[in-house]
Amino acid sequence: MVESKHWSARLFVILNYLIISLLALSCLIPLIHVLAVSLSSSAAATGGLVVLWPVDFTLESYAYVARRAAFWRSMLISLERVIVGVGLNMLFCIVCAYPLSKERQQFRFRTAYAWYFFITMLVSGGLIPLYMVVFQTGLTGTFWSLVIPGAVPVYNIILLLNFFRQTPRELEEAAIMDGASQWRILWQVYVPTSTAALATVALYSTVYHWNEWFNGILYLSSPDQYPLQSYLRTIVIDMKLTNMGANDWQALALVSDRTVKCAQIFLASIPMLILYPFLQRYFVKGLVLGSVKG
Amino acid sequence: MLQTAQKTSRGKKHWFHKEIPFHLMLLPAVILVFIYMYVPMAGLVIAFEKFIPAKGLFGDQKWIGWDNFIYLYHLPGAINALRNTVIIAFFKIVLHLLIPVTVSILLNEVRSAAFRRTAQTLIYLPHFLSWIIMGGILIDLLSPSGGLINNFLGLFGIEPIFFLGSNKYFRFTLISTDVWKEFGFNTIVYLAAITNIDPTQYEAATIDGANRFQRMIHVTLPNLRMIIVLMMVLSLGNVLNAGFDQVYNLYSKQVYESGDILDTFIYRVGLIDAQFGVATAMGMFKSLVSTLFISVSYFAAYKFADYRIF
Repeated sequence: MVESKHWSARLFVILNYLIISLLALSCLIPLIHVLAVSLSSSAAATGGLVVLWPVDFTLESYAYVARRAAFWRSMLISLERVIVGVGLNMLFCIVCAYPLSKERQQFRFRTAYAWYFFITMLVSGGLIPLYMVVFQTGLTGTFWSLVIPGAVPVYNIILLLNFFRQTPRELEEAAIMDGASQWRILWQVYVPTSTAALATVALYSTVYHWNEWFNGILYLSSPDQYPLQSYLRTIVIDMKLTNMGANDWQALALVSDRTVKCAQIFLASIPMLILYPFLQRYFVKGLVLGSVKG
Repeated sequence: MLQTAQKTSRGKKHWFHKEIPFHLMLLPAVILVFIYMYVPMAGLVIAFEKFIPAKGLFGDQKWIGWDNFIYLYHLPGAINALRNTVIIAFFKIVLHLLIPVTVSILLNEVRSAAFRRTAQTLIYLPHFLSWIIMGGILIDLLSPSGGLINNFLGLFGIEPIFFLGSNKYFRFTLISTDVWKEFGFNTIVYLAAITNIDPTQYEAATIDGANRFQRMIHVTLPNLRMIIVLMMVLSLGNVLNAGFDQVYNLYSKQVYESGDILDTFIYRVGLIDAQFGVATAMGMFKSLVSTLFISVSYFAAYKFADYRIF
């Protein structure tokens, strides 16, 4: 291929690298800034001296957070939520996607069931009726309000059923010949051959449960039951913006424990920062629900 | 004859028997979905009631017909929230299409694989952080006193801007930060489509004398047409989703005028002021419009892009 060496082509290449570098940096810089502030002295941080490198380096803020029992308790609740929530999501996802992935000849009610689930993606009762149902089923104020109402992940079920359909039929037929039950076929044929798809679904579910904050605030009665993100909201959002005029705002900024907030923001992002780069190759599979033929 | 009849009836029984495990696998999920998704749909009747929470969802509530809707119609905050929702959602929908498509095409022109991979990893990053974390970061960055952005603008002699506290800037801030958070992740689907383009198309274009820019316009872009149309159609379902998570974590009383949206309005009226009926009436309006748009969008995607869900 003959590459044109015209000045405009070179300019384009340079501009292109420049634009993409700027975009990429724009995504990184805010987090680096937060990290730098969290590692700076409180005087330097409130004085607005910190940009991308800590000023008067200190671990004081992290030491403070480390002593803050509420932070670690909420972190533990979040971990528990991820384990239980993702576990439930995966279980329901697998046992629902499998029958729904069958052809109509194999499972005559599959289309009816599929519509039963699909309709919930079109219609929703909205916030208040759902709140009432969660309340009347006795989940409000308990950990279970965070994992039960959303235990059946319809979107993920549809993703997974489309993957299951690509599993070669021969594998299943061989298992049937051997007299395997549907349960065994699911767990010993489909699940082991769909690890990439399951990883995708587990990733989405993990990100959801780790980042979800609203259910905690909505359903739980006291802040010491909050998962990390809901707890963080009370620290980094509530204190700052609500019901404040511009002048109060300025005054507060001067006395704020900015470095401590930044330390907590950074600590809370770490799990996602570690998780997502490794799972990058799985994202793409889950992005488009269903398939486009032709 | 008799024999065949017997055979089919036994065959039917056999089939039914074989399908039992499938029903059993689905049963627990069917029950949960019924309780937490279908019952709330029926719970929309609250919209027509003078609802008293203590009496329960299907308790003996007073039926007041359209009163809640009429009340909402005369409530200035409600119309304001609807207007803001549509404006914010419209700009988000448009920019969530345009910017990721542009960035994917630009990324595709990057020759260095290492550079491209690094850039991709970095632009995916904001997607994985919650709006609580992002809210915390943005409140810090955009602060009019000592925030990084205003300090930077100050170098050019620009007075501090109240990005989150002034009605003049709030919507712009919402839209731009949301686009910034998601544009990288949204490129994935287009980048995947680009990798599927047959390389011979580029070779043919080069032989025909197309330069790099012409190849982008005449080869890459037309190949993305299908996926762009599909994503456009599917995003229609979001006309009334201006982004609760984002707005709720960034707004304040001063910017209700420009930034209050249906979802935040419903939350405040319903769960803070405990006006369940009024909030549900608003929620019902939102549900109906959204259902209409989502159904039309899936139907259009099915018709025009041959998009199949299950």
